[in-house]
Amino acid sequence: MSKEYEIVIGLEVHVELATKTKIFCSCSTAFGGAPNTHTCPVCTGMPGSLPVLNKQVVEYAIAVGLATNCSITQYCKFDRKNYFYPDNPQNYQISQLYLPICRNGSVEIETSTGKKIIRIHEIHMEEDAGKLIHNEWEDCSLVDYNRSGVPLIEIVSEPDMRSAEEVIAYLEKLRMMIQYLGASDCKLNEGSMRADVNLSVREVGTKEFGTRTEMKNLNSFKAIARAIEGEKNRQIDLLEDGKKVIQETRRWDDNREYSYAMRSKEDAQDYRYFPEPDLVPIVISDTWIAEIQARQPELQTEKIMRYKTEYGLPDYDAQIITNSKHLADIFEMATKLCNKPKKVSNWLMGETMRLLKEEEMEVEEIQFSPVNLAKLVELTENGSINSTVAKEVFEKIFHENINPDIYVEEHGLKTVNDEGELRRTIQQVIKENPQSVSDYQNGKEKAIGFLIGQTMKAMKGKANPEMVSSILKELL
Amino acid sequence: MSMEEIRGFTAVQLAEQIKRKEVGVVEATQAVLEQIKRVEKEVNSYVTITEEEALESAKIVQEKIDKGELTGALAGVPVAIKDNMCTAGMLTTCSSKILANFVPTYTAQAVLNLEKEGAVILGKTNMDEFAMGSTTETSAFGVTRNPWNLDYVPGGSSGGSCAAVAAQEAFYALGSDTGGSIRQPSAFCGVTGLKPTYGTVSRYGLIAYGSSLDQIGPVAKDVTDCATILEVITSYDKKDSTSIKREDTNFTTALKEDVKQLRIGIPRDYFGKGLDAEVKEAVLAAAKVLEEKGAIVEEFDLSLVEYAIPAYYVIACAEASSNLARFDGVKYGYRTKDYEGLHVMYKKSRSEGFGVEVKRRIMLGSFVLSSGYYDAYYLKALRTKALIKQAFDKAFKKYDVILGPAAPTTAPKIGNSLNDPLKMYLGDIYTISVNLAGLPGITLPCGLDSKGLPIGLQLIADCFQEKKIIQAAYTFEQTRKWKLCPLAKRQEAYL
Repeated sequence: MSKEYEIVIGLEVHVELATKTKIFCSCSTAFGGAPNTHTCPVCTGMPGSLPVLNKQVVEYAIAVGLATNCSITQYCKFDRKNYFYPDNPQNYQISQLYLPICRNGSVEIETSTGKKIIRIHEIHMEEDAGKLIHNEWEDCSLVDYNRSGVPLIEIVSEPDMRSAEEVIAYLEKLRMMIQYLGASDCKLNEGSMRADVNLSVREVGTKEFGTRTEMKNLNSFKAIARAIEGEKNRQIDLLEDGKKVIQETRRWDDNREYSYAMRSKEDAQDYRYFPEPDLVPIVISDTWIAEIQARQPELQTEKIMRYKTEYGLPDYDAQIITNSKHLADIFEMATKLCNKPKKVSNWLMGETMRLLKEEEMEVEEIQFSPVNLAKLVELTENGSINSTVAKEVFEKIFHENINPDIYVEEHGLKTVNDEGELRRTIQQVIKENPQSVSDYQNGKEKAIGFLIGQTMKAMKGKANPEMVSSILKELL
Repeated sequence: MSMEEIRGFTAVQLAEQIKRKEVGVVEATQAVLEQIKRVEKEVNSYVTITEEEALESAKIVQEKIDKGELTGALAGVPVAIKDNMCTAGMLTTCSSKILANFVPTYTAQAVLNLEKEGAVILGKTNMDEFAMGSTTETSAFGVTRNPWNLDYVPGGSSGGSCAAVAAQEAFYALGSDTGGSIRQPSAFCGVTGLKPTYGTVSRYGLIAYGSSLDQIGPVAKDVTDCATILEVITSYDKKDSTSIKREDTNFTTALKEDVKQLRIGIPRDYFGKGLDAEVKEAVLAAAKVLEEKGAIVEEFDLSLVEYAIPAYYVIACAEASSNLARFDGVKYGYRTKDYEGLHVMYKKSRSEGFGVEVKRRIMLGSFVLSSGYYDAYYLKALRTKALIKQAFDKAFKKYDVILGPAAPTTAPKIGNSLNDPLKMYLGDIYTISVNLAGLPGITLPCGLDSKGLPIGLQLIADCFQEKKIIQAAYTFEQTRKWKLCPLAKRQEAYL
C-alpha cells in the first residue's frame, strides 16, 4: 500500500425500548412467545385499525436525547415510510423523517488516543417489523408479528469516527447510558441493540468523503470490529486497483468474515415518505422536558463520584464497576446488605472478571443474586470460612447462584476454630515431617509455609490459617 | 299494523312505536327484509344481507327492550352499514374483489355504538370500491341503481346506504364521507345525510381511504333521524388519535323550528358555470324559504373553490396509495392463483384484485409522493388545504351557515361517468372543500327536477357547529311535504 488511508464511519444504531407494551397498541413487547400471540388488529395491520402512540416511548426518547445533549423537537411528527415486505403488515413503517424528536447531540468517548466528541445527527422513533421464518422443508415462508410494533429509537451519528476502537467506544458509551436510563437492555445478541455501519475510506489529508457503503447484520461488538476491518480493506483494495467504491448496502457474514452486496443505490427504493395522518403531532412542553430531566437517573459520572465519597472505593474500582449498569446494580445491592463495599468490589473486580473471561461471557450475562454475594462476604468477614473455601463457594454462586449459607453448611466447609483439634492435627504433621521441622529450627523461615500447607491439607482446607500459623510457631 | 305502514316510519318514529309495543323489533326487521326481497334485485343496495343474524339479533334486542335494558332513541331499529366499516364475523369487502372474502375479527367503534343502543344490523351496503367514486359504479359487485329511476346512479360512494334508505330497505344507514360520499348520494337519492366535523365519530374500524378526510356519518329519512343517529355514534375514542373530546353532543336539542337572525351566506362561487339551472333554482328557492322564516341571507365570495378539487385528489390519493398498500395477498383477501416469487405475487394479486378507478388513484397518489415531486404536489396541496380552511374561517366570522347545492346536477345516467373521470371529479366541487376544512355539512331534499330526480340542498357550518345546520335544516324541512320515492311505494317488484 503506497498511500495512507483513513476510515470515516458514521453509525445508525437501533435500540428497542424497554416499554411493556408496543409503540402503537397495548400488545406485550416480551421477547419470545409463541408466534403471533402478542398481536392485535393494530400490529397485524388489519384494515380499519389505527395507531395510538405509547407515551412512554416519547419519554424514553426524550430521556436518551437529554443524556446525549440533543435538542428536543418540541413539535414533532410521525411519517410513513412506504415499502412492500411481508414482515411489515401495513407495507409502511411509521417512522420520523421530517421532524425527528431529538437533534444535534453529542457523546464523549475515550479511547487509547484520548477523549473525543462524536456528534449525533438525530434520534427518531419508529416501529419494529415482524419476523419472517423460511421453512425450506415445506417450501414456504411464515411471518410472526410478535415483534411488529415494538418501539425503536434510531440514533444517527455524524461521520465522526475514524477507527473500530472509536466505534466500539461510542457503542459502549451509548449502551451504558441507555441501560442507566432504563430505556433498553441493549442486548446485541437478542437484537435489542443493532448497529448499521456507514463506512468510507479516503487518503489522509483529503477533505472530501469517499463513497460510503452501509453494512448490516452486525450482532456483536467483535463482529462490528471485524466488519470494519474487512470493509476498510475491501474499499482500499478497490481504490488501489483503480476501481471505484459503489454506494450500496452490504450484509456482513461473520462466519465467513466477508460482506456481500444486498442492494446498490441505483435500485434503492423511493420510500414516498409523508406525514402519518392517523397520528396527531406531538407537542412537547418545557415542563414535560423538565419533568423528564428531573427524573433522569444517576448516570456513570455521578455514580463514580458517589462510589468514591460514599463507599470509599478507589477511582479504578468505581470506573470498572460503573461501566455496566448491571454490575453497578449488583454492587449497590450487595453493599447495602453487607455494608462492606470494598469487599464486594474485590469480588466483582477479581473473581467475577476472571470467571467471565474464562467462560467468554459478557458482564450483562451475570446471573447470580447480589444477596448471595453479600452472604459470602459476611461468611468470610466473620471468619466462618477462609479465603480458599470462599473462592470455591463463589464459583458455585457465579455458576449456579447457590445460597452460600446452605452450601457451606451442607458441605461442612466451615472453618475449624477448635484449638484442640488443630493442635492434634499439627502435632501429627510435625511428627510426619521431621526434615521441614529441622529446616525451620535451623533458620529456614520458609519451611513453616510447607507445614501450614500440610496442616491445611490434613484439615481439608477448613482450618483457620492464622490459628494454624500461631500454633505451629508455638509448638516448634 | 301493515308492513308498508311500518316501513313508512322514520327511525325515531319506529323506535317510539317499538317502545309503545305497537311494533315488534322482529316485525320491523321483517318489514325491511320483505322490501329487500322485493326490490334488491333491481336496486342492489347491499353487498351482504345477513337475514338470519338480523332476525336473531332482533329477538335479543326485543328481550332487552322488554326488560328495560335498552331505552335509547334508536333501540330496535334495523340499520344498514356501509361495507367499509368492519363488522366482526361479517363479510366486509369495501366492494372490492381484493377483500371479497374478508371477515374482520373486530367491529368498528361507530357500529359498536349503534349496537350498544340496540340497533339491528341488516347487512352491508354497496359502495364505490374503497369509497373511490361518485356513482357506486366502481363496485366489484355491480352497480347500485337509484330508487327514483333505475336508469340513474344513486351517487357515491355511499350509494348503497342512500339507495337502501330511499327504497325503504333500511330505516337508516351509516355512510362515510371523504369528499362528499355521504352528502352527494343523499342528494341524488332524496334522503338526508350528514358529514360531521372531522374527529367527531371514531374512525376505528373504518377501512381508510383518505385518513385525514374520512368521516363516518348518518344517512336517514329526515333531519330528526340524522341528529339522533349522530348523537348515538359520536364518541371520544382513545383508539383513534384524531378523535376529539367534544363538549356538547346533544345534537337533538337543535331540532327546533327557528332560524331568526341566523346569518346565512350563499357563496357566489357555488352558483357559476356548470351548475344545472333546475338545481340552482331549487336551492335558491330553499334559501328564500329560510329568509322568509327570519334568516338573514346574503351572497358572498368564498374564493379558492376551483383549487379544492386538485388539492383533494392529491391528498386523498396520496393517503390512499399508502393505506391500500396492506392489501397485498399476504395476510387476508385475494391472492392470485399462479405466481413465482414474492414480487410477482404482489403484482398479480393487486393487479387482479383492484378495479380500474382504485388503481388510477393508487398510481396518482404514488406519483405525487415520489421523490422529486413531493414538494410540487403533495406539499402544495397541503398548503392549499390550509388556505381553503382560512377562507372558510373568514366566512364563518360573518355567517353561521353556508348554503349551496350538494352537487352541480341531479344523478347522471348509469354508464355516463366512468369514461370521463375528470368530469366525474368535477362533480364533487361543492362537497370536497368541506372535507378539506374538516367542517360539518348536511344535505337534504329541496325538490325534484323535470326528470323526477331529487335535488339536494347543502348546509355547511364551522367546525363543531353541527347544531346550527341541524336547526336550519330542520326548519326548512318543516316547510316540505314528505315525498316517497316511487320504488318505496311499490307493492310488488316488476320482474
